[in-house]
Amino acid sequence: MVDTMPMTGTATDVVLRAKDCDMYYGSLKAVRDVSIDIPKNKITAFIGPSGCGKSTVLRCFNRLNDLIESFRLKGQMTYHGQDLYASDVDPVEVRRRIGILFQKPNPFPKSIYDNIAYGPRISGFKGDMDELVETSLRRAVLWDEVKDKLPESGFSLSGGQQQRLCIARTIAVQPEVLLMDEPCSALDPISTLKIEELMKELVQNYTIIIVTHNMEQATRVADYTGFYNAQVVEGAGGKVGYLAEFGETQKIFNDPTLEETKDYVTGRFG
Amino acid sequence: MTTISGVPGDSSDTFDIQSLKAKRSRSRNLFNIIMTGLSGLSILIALVPLVLVLFYVFINGVNRLDLDLFTQLPPPPGSAGGGIANAIVGTLIVVAIAAAISVPIGVLCAIWLSEFGGGDTSIDEYVRFGVNILAGVPSIIAGVFIYGIMVRPGRPGYSALAGGVALAVLMLPTIVRTADEALKIVPQEIRWAALAVGASNYQTILKVVLPAAIPSILTGVTLAIARAAGETAPLIFTALFSPFRFNGVTNPIATLSVLVYNFATLPFQPQQELAWAASLVLVLMVLLTSIIARVVTRQKTY
Ligand SMILES: Nc1ncnc2c1ncn2[C@@H]1O[C@H](COP(=O)(O)OP(=O)(O)O)[C@@H](O)[C@H]1O
Ligand SMILES: [Mg+2]
Repeated sequence: MVDTMPMTGTATDVVLRAKDCDMYYGSLKAVRDVSIDIPKNKITAFIGPSGCGKSTVLRCFNRLNDLIESFRLKGQMTYHGQDLYASDVDPVEVRRRIGILFQKPNPFPKSIYDNIAYGPRISGFKGDMDELVETSLRRAVLWDEVKDKLPESGFSLSGGQQQRLCIARTIAVQPEVLLMDEPCSALDPISTLKIEELMKELVQNYTIIIVTHNMEQATRVADYTGFYNAQVVEGAGGKVGYLAEFGETQKIFNDPTLEETKDYVTGRFG
Repeated sequence: MTTISGVPGDSSDTFDIQSLKAKRSRSRNLFNIIMTGLSGLSILIALVPLVLVLFYVFINGVNRLDLDLFTQLPPPPGSAGGGIANAIVGTLIVVAIAAAISVPIGVLCAIWLSEFGGGDTSIDEYVRFGVNILAGVPSIIAGVFIYGIMVRPGRPGYSALAGGVALAVLMLPTIVRTADEALKIVPQEIRWAALAVGASNYQTILKVVLPAAIPSILTGVTLAIARAAGETAPLIFTALFSPFRFNGVTNPIATLSVLVYNFATLPFQPQQELAWAASLVLVLMVLLTSIIARVVTRQKTY
């Protein structure tokens, strides 16, 4: 495992840090030895073959894996230096600051307006809700398309619009980090480009981690890229994922240190 | 046959066009025809009772389908006229009591099964098993059970409430099963998304997951209601019957199904006519409920 620290010598802050993290589902070790620093206001991409633990690591960052009963994390994860898994940390607060977006757009079964307003409302938002809904939708570049049909169901939108609605919903609770798990793989190319533009827009205010199977997408949007791989473990009858290489996207795609990374990014993976 | 060129048109003289034509006598075609015929016949046989029942009930019940039927009380045995107003209201009340009991319990039970069960416990498997057993219990047993608890000498006695509880026992398994399925269909990501915008577990379930599952849950509820509305045996033990108008839930109450049972066997023609009319009203009510169930399921969320 190579533990490249791309930030050495720069002034970039580290928002999220994983240190020597092993992740288990029951007795199955799914991911081993992940150490990574996620830089502030940058887009970090996770790439790698299916089943090597990218989603697992991503969900660890906002404690969503807490909901999977068999899941266990060994190692340390910090958010601005604070241990995310310390016993006095409220996972609900963590998730509000570190939002997540999934592959399939999943609006709540509510109106477009209430999709956005739901999060702020339950967290006791006291300000002007209409204004918050509008700014959130504007930031997700969806406002002009939906401003006349806010009371309609979120399902009335197209797939790409639904995904942007989910982005708007996430940023409405004013998080600092956006986790995106293959947010474009269910979308057409035009919607994908829209989401990518939106990400570049958002990264000025947010820190973004995106899991993607699309190499070009990674090169288009990501400042840093982590390549995950999996290796077969004898006896246990499964494979365990690990972070093979992490560095600036340029370097990972043009001049990777490891042969396996090179094979993957050039499509010679097998 | 000297044409060996690769041009497709050239080989037309060697190609037997007859081999493409459909031939009835081919054994696989024959088999198809026979099977299609057989299953068509089965459909007919299955539909005949349904059509005959509807037809017969309609023919016999329709001439008493007047305003009096819905507003008047049943006349004394032997005399003509009157209606079945008390039984219509009674069926609605007893079913409403049953729904008021079984829907909240059933839905909460399903929430527990699908949202909190699983994990390493096998309790939810036992509960599901138990629910399936309950679904197979004959309705008369449910009646006897409630009779033993609420009706027999020394207990409160025959009442609308006891009838409602007996029907609730019958409705419960259907509601648990359909609500359980409905909740399981709601994608995991929607729960995660709600939690990710800062919802607690119960906020997620009540405000996001349950609303998404409601169309399917409603279908289960209406189907259970449609089935319970026609039950007779459990009501004979519990709600009994009453020739009077609704008189509080602690007193015996008239219902359509028991009215049909009572009046159809009387030797007086006016009563038999009322029984037919009541059957028609009951069938129409059940039909209407089923149609409503169909309409609400059409708007599936996921
Ligand atoms: N909820 C879960 N329960 C048990 N095992 C899981 C669960 N989610 C993922 N895994 C296992 O963890 C490994 C990594 O999966 P995942 O993080 O989804 O990989 P990726 O996102 O890179 O495709 C896989 O072997 C997968 O089977
Ligand atoms: Mg994944």
